[in-house]
Amino acid sequence: MKDIEKEGFGRRDFLKSAVAGGAVAAAATAAVVTTQPAQAQPAGTAASGYAYLNLDEAAFVEAMVDHMVPADQYSPKGTDMGLAIFIDRALAGGWGKGERLYMQGPWKPGVPSQGYQLPLTPAELYRAGIAATNAHCAKTYGKTFDRLDAKQKQEVLIGLSSAKITFSDGLPVRVFWSTVYQTVIEGMFADPIYGGNRDKAGWKMIGFPGVIATHAQDIIKYRDKKFPADYTSISDMS
Amino acid sequence: MAKVMKEVDAVIIGLGWTGGILAKELAEAGMSVVALERGTMRDPAKDYALPNIRDELRYVQRHDLMMNTARDTLTIRNNPSQEALPMRKLGSFLPGDVVGGSAVHWSGHTWRWTDNEFKIRSNYEARYGKKFIPGDMTIQDWGITYAELEPYYDKFEYTAAVSGKAGNIRGKIQAGGNPFEAPRARDYPLPPLTPILSSEVFSEAARNAGYHPFPRPSANASRAYVNPDGSKFGACQYCGYCQRFGCEANAKGSPHMTVIPIAMSKPNFELRANAWVTRIIKDASGKRVTGVAYTNVLNGEEFIQPASMVLLTAYAINNVHLMLLSGIGKPYDPVSQTGVIGKNYCYQTGAGATLFFEGRNFNPFINAGGSNATMDDFNINPDFDRGQLGFVGGYSIGAGFNTALPIGYRPVPRGTPQWGTEWKAATSKWYQTAMNIGASGGVMANRYNYYDLDPTYRNAFGLPLMRMTFDYKDNEHKMGRHAAAQINALAKTMNPTHLNEASARTDPWTVVPYQSTHNTGGTIMGSNPGNSALNKYLQSWDCHNLFVVGANVFPHNASYNPTGPVGALAYWTADAIKNRYVKNPGMLV
Repeated sequence: MKDIEKEGFGRRDFLKSAVAGGAVAAAATAAVVTTQPAQAQPAGTAASGYAYLNLDEAAFVEAMVDHMVPADQYSPKGTDMGLAIFIDRALAGGWGKGERLYMQGPWKPGVPSQGYQLPLTPAELYRAGIAATNAHCAKTYGKTFDRLDAKQKQEVLIGLSSAKITFSDGLPVRVFWSTVYQTVIEGMFADPIYGGNRDKAGWKMIGFPGVIATHAQDIIKYRDKKFPADYTSISDMS
Repeated sequence: MAKVMKEVDAVIIGLGWTGGILAKELAEAGMSVVALERGTMRDPAKDYALPNIRDELRYVQRHDLMMNTARDTLTIRNNPSQEALPMRKLGSFLPGDVVGGSAVHWSGHTWRWTDNEFKIRSNYEARYGKKFIPGDMTIQDWGITYAELEPYYDKFEYTAAVSGKAGNIRGKIQAGGNPFEAPRARDYPLPPLTPILSSEVFSEAARNAGYHPFPRPSANASRAYVNPDGSKFGACQYCGYCQRFGCEANAKGSPHMTVIPIAMSKPNFELRANAWVTRIIKDASGKRVTGVAYTNVLNGEEFIQPASMVLLTAYAINNVHLMLLSGIGKPYDPVSQTGVIGKNYCYQTGAGATLFFEGRNFNPFINAGGSNATMDDFNINPDFDRGQLGFVGGYSIGAGFNTALPIGYRPVPRGTPQWGTEWKAATSKWYQTAMNIGASGGVMANRYNYYDLDPTYRNAFGLPLMRMTFDYKDNEHKMGRHAAAQINALAKTMNPTHLNEASARTDPWTVVPYQSTHNTGGTIMGSNPGNSALNKYLQSWDCHNLFVVGANVFPHNASYNPTGPVGALAYWTADAIKNRYVKNPGMLV
C-alpha cells in the first residue's frame, strides 16, 4: 500500500502543492519542466505544457497513452512520442472546439447509423468522458485511472472499448472511446508538426516514409523489396 | 435589400468539372457568363504545394478541401418511419468546397457508362422478364444512348488526361484492355499507369481463374501531356497522396488546371468565389427562371444575378437541394409515387477482403489514384447471368492501393488487440505486407430512397436542410453476398498467410465511416416529364432555360465511378446549348 501511494504521488500532486506553495514552489515547477528528457523534445516541436487539459485530465491522458503505447522494441512510450501533447493541442484547437460540427438543435440520440449526435464539441466530450471514466475507476478501484496498476488499466480500457462500462451520467461510452482512439492513432501517425509522432517514431514503426516528392522510379526499383525510407516530415522540408 | 447585378447570358452555380466545362464552352462561344462558387479560390502553386500538401491529418482527417457541415449539411435516416437527424460531421461521403469542387480531391477514376445502364429496364425485362424487377425498384431507362454520348466521353477523356488501355476500338477487341467495354472510337490519350505489385498479384490470380483484369482508367497522367485545349499536365509521381488531396504535379485531371483557367482568360467570363446561391428565381409564369439570389459569405451581403439562362452545376446533392429550395418541379412523394424532384437517390455498395502475405513488400505508400487492376466479369460481362442469382446490376472487382496513409490504413488480422505491444507488433509487421481486394457495386433505385426538405433543421442561411432517406435493399444484399463469395474464393487461390474475408453488409446504411462520394439521382433525366425532372439534354422540363448537370441526373447508380458520364454529359449539354438552344430558346425535346 505504501509503495502504491508513493507511486501515486505524481506530478499532479506536486504541481497542486506547488501552486499552494508560492514562489519557492514556482521555481521548483520550472525546474520540473526543464528536466523533461531532452531526447524527447527535438528542435522544432511544440513546447511542453498543456493548453487545454487540466491536471487531472493530463494525468489521465498521459497514463492512457503510455498504457496503450508502451515502450518496447517498436517505439518509445506514448508520452515520449508526444501523444499527450498532440491530444491536448487537438482539443485546444479548431477541431477540439468543433469548428466544422453542425451544432444546432434539437438534440436527439437517434440510431447508430445517424452518427454523432451529441451536443458536445470534441474537447467537451473528452472532458466529460475523462471525468466519467475516473468516476467509474473511483467507484470500482477506489482511485483515478492514472493511479491504477497495468492490469486494472487494461480492464478499464477493455470496458470502454467494448462498452461493457456504462457511464452513470448518461454520456455514451462508445462515442467517447471512438474519439479517444481516433486521437491516439492520429497522434501516432500524423505529421510531427502537430506535436505527436515525435521523431517520426510512428512512421518508423511501420516503415512509412512520410513526405516524399516522387515515387515515380520506386515502383519498379523497389518491387517486392523493402523501401529504404528516409523518414521525412513537413518541417524537414520547410 | 439585395443588390441587383447586370444581367448576363448565363449564370453558373458551382465551379467543379461540370460548371468548369460549361464555363469554358459557353465563354468560348461568346456568351457572357458569371460563375458563382460558394467555396474559396485556391492557388494550386501555393495551396497544393510541397511539403504541406502531404498532410494526412489536415486533408483526410480534418477535411480541409471538403464541405463544412457547420454551415450546411443534410439530415439522414434509413426509412420514412425514422426521424431524420443532421449529419453533424462528414463521414460517408465528402463533397468538395473549393473552386474545382470535388474534382480537386478525386482519384481520377474515369469510366464509360453504357447502354447497360442507359437501357437498364428494357434490358432486364427483355432478358429476364418483367417480373424479375421488384415492384419497389424504380429503375428506368435514361432516354439517352451510348452512341450519342461516345464522342463526348472521348472529349472528356482527352481533356482530363485519362491513362488506360482500350479494350474495344470500333468493335475490335484489344489485348490488355477491358474486353467487355463498349466500342470506342480510339484509345485513351495516355498509356496505362505503371502497375504496382498488389494489382499485378491480383491480375495474375484473376487471369488464372479465367477472369479478365485490366488497368483501371484514371485521369492520372502516366506521362507529361498537353491536352487538346493546350492545358499542360506533368507526369504522375505515384506520391501516395491522391484521393483527398490537390495534385502538386498537375498530373491529376482537374478543372482548376484545365477548363477553369481557360474560361477565366476570357473577358466575357467572371468567377465570383465565396458566393453562396440560396435560390433560383422563377418568373411569374413559373416556366422560366430569371436568375439567382446569392450571398457573399465574406460579408453577408445579398445579391440578385439576373441571367437569360441558369446552369446548376454544384455537387449532386446540392443541385437537388437548390431545386427543392427554389420550388422548381414537383417534389417526389414516395407514398403516392408522384412528383420528380428528389426521386431515385442512389448510392453504392461493396465488399472487401484483406490478404496478408508474410515476407512480401507491397509498399502501399507508392501509388497513383488509379493504381488498380479491375475486372468486370460480374459487371458488364454479357455472359454473367443474373437469372438464378436474382439481383439487378453488377459489381467490379479490383485491387491496388490508393492513398494508403497510416492514420487511415493499418491492416491487421482480425482478432488483433487494438492497443499495446501485440497491436504494435502486428501493425508493424503487416502494414507493408498486406493488400486488399474490393468490389464496388451499383445501387438500384428504390421507391423509398429519396430526398426532400427537412421539416426541422436549417442551415446557416436559415433554409431547410435537405433530408436524405436511404437504405440498402434486398437487391444490394444479394449482390453483396455474391461479391463477397467471389472475392473470398479468388483470395484463397492466392494462398495468403492470413485472410480477413469479405462479407456482405446487411446492417443499415450508416453515415459513418467514409464509403463513397458517389451520390446519384434526385433530379433524374428521362424520356418524359412524368418520370423525370430533366430531358436528355439535362434541361428542366419545367423551366426551359434551366439546365442541371451532375450525377444527380443519373436514374440509378452503377458499379463504376460517376465522373466519366458526368464530364461527358457536361460536354453534351454544352453542345446542345451552343448549337441549338441559344439559336431558338425553348424545349429541346
